[in-house]
Amino acid sequence: MILIGERINGMFKDIREGILNKDPEPIKHWAKRQYEAGAHYLDVNTGPTVEAKDQPKVMEWLVNICNETVPLPCCVDSTNPEAIEAGCAANKHGKVMINSTHADQWKMDLYLPMAAKYNAAIIGLAMNESGVPKSAADRAALAMEIVVNADAHGIPMEDLYIDPLMLPANVAQEHGVEVLEAIRQIKALAPGVRTTLGLSNTSQRCTNRHLLNRTFLIMCMAVGLDSAIADVDDPMLIDAVAAANILLNKDIYCDSFLKTFRQR
Amino acid sequence: MAVTIAKERWTSKVNELVLGTDPNVVKVGGDSTLPFLFFEGEMPNRPVVALEVLDLEPADWPDILKAPFEGVLADPVAWAKKNVEYGADLVCLRLISAHPDFKNASPEDCAKTAKAVADAVNVPLVVVGCGVEEKDAEIMPVVGEALAGKVALLGCATPNNYKTITAACMVNGHSIIASSPLDINLAKQLNILITEMGLAANRIAIDPLVGALGYGIEYAYSIMERARLGALTGDKMLAMPVICFVGQEAWKAKESKAPNDEAPEWGDQARRAVLWEVMTAVTFAQASGAIMVMRHPESAKQFKAHIDKMMEPVKY
Repeated sequence: MILIGERINGMFKDIREGILNKDPEPIKHWAKRQYEAGAHYLDVNTGPTVEAKDQPKVMEWLVNICNETVPLPCCVDSTNPEAIEAGCAANKHGKVMINSTHADQWKMDLYLPMAAKYNAAIIGLAMNESGVPKSAADRAALAMEIVVNADAHGIPMEDLYIDPLMLPANVAQEHGVEVLEAIRQIKALAPGVRTTLGLSNTSQRCTNRHLLNRTFLIMCMAVGLDSAIADVDDPMLIDAVAAANILLNKDIYCDSFLKTFRQR
Repeated sequence: MAVTIAKERWTSKVNELVLGTDPNVVKVGGDSTLPFLFFEGEMPNRPVVALEVLDLEPADWPDILKAPFEGVLADPVAWAKKNVEYGADLVCLRLISAHPDFKNASPEDCAKTAKAVADAVNVPLVVVGCGVEEKDAEIMPVVGEALAGKVALLGCATPNNYKTITAACMVNGHSIIASSPLDINLAKQLNILITEMGLAANRIAIDPLVGALGYGIEYAYSIMERARLGALTGDKMLAMPVICFVGQEAWKAKESKAPNDEAPEWGDQARRAVLWEVMTAVTFAQASGAIMVMRHPESAKQFKAHIDKMMEPVKY
């Protein structure tokens, strides 16, 4: 399970203030904290308060701080292609990840060549301009559009992460089973392609957020989920993932399995 | 249409363990593939043979095993030299005299023997205790100190005595044998405990406590294969080369020990016993064993001939 720590995002107050005041401390703090928690990637997002023209510079600044603080690759998260490209160029550790393209042709034509250019992994959201599909089958259909396009650009299948998109349990409860079925179908239709999930969406504005996130993540792992963008600052989430890795026979059991999972 | 050979793509490799000092260094491990699958990855070092020396004349060895060592069985130094003449890549000294049921030799006496053997041969040394956990914990710190600078492989560490043996290795620059009874989970856990003390992961050899052909060899094979698959897919706590104590097991088998008059239908004992030891060793080489601790020089010779063939480059 590849965990992408979600916390370095301008939507959070401390990160936003760090960006506005050019204070690297909150970014360093969360880079280190997520690294120690067991993250494999750091998601980096400038947030909407930064003006579009400033986003590439701010993205570069954020990625540089993360790179200097911990040896993790960044998952460059933006709706602004120039910011994505600036993040890809700045990343120094491992394989950078692009977050994200949709299944719209114009977006794929923009981001897939960029992924090829920077030898980047890329997240493909199983949605298009009509929004998030209701059914598993429609999610899988859009996923296959992305798979075919990625393949045409020579992107290795293991570098493509399809996100079938989860919606909050309090407003769109019926989506949970569709996401589970979509993961199953995507793994069956395109072996080798990876899957990921913006996990915290599951519990937006719900109570017991950690419990909902954790439970759904383990359910998804059982049907083949490979990765999640998640709040890794929840030790019980990491423990549950480590346990699931054992029970799914992905990691070899030893008494220190909680610790070895965190050592990556 | 051209046929594409299906190949696995592995993400990690086995640690390379370095024994001895220049110019007589022996390296094992470093593999980035399953054994001998050169088209899928590298196997930079071939499996090696350690011939065994006991520091006490063996009472229960069959005559055919004693014969090649006539005149040296009571002299570990001469025996070790003889092993090198026979082509051993390493010498494995077993300090059986320390056993409370035998001579209960002191750590100092053991260290003296180990030092004498180490000084007499130019190949790297493997030194194991008497198998009594508490006693081995007493002798290994003294033996380790006496061999400081020789870059030896010391063992066998268990969950009950790994602390002192690990410390002895760390202080004196040696590597460690971590033993676990045919249990991959315990093997992994022991490696974690040893590395947590600060010994580098590339200074550990896994001893899965193998059995001989006909005596549970398939369990050992499965565990070694599973550990190698783990190592190749990123499990750092199983990415250690494996040492197999083949000789002690193969020569315990009734198929090796039974003399000609007891089992005439099994064929000549000399040939049969060596075959038993060789078959056990080549099986473990296929399962990813890196160091074979053997007893009979003819077995070592035949094993090496087999490995020569296996190491020939493949054409696809």
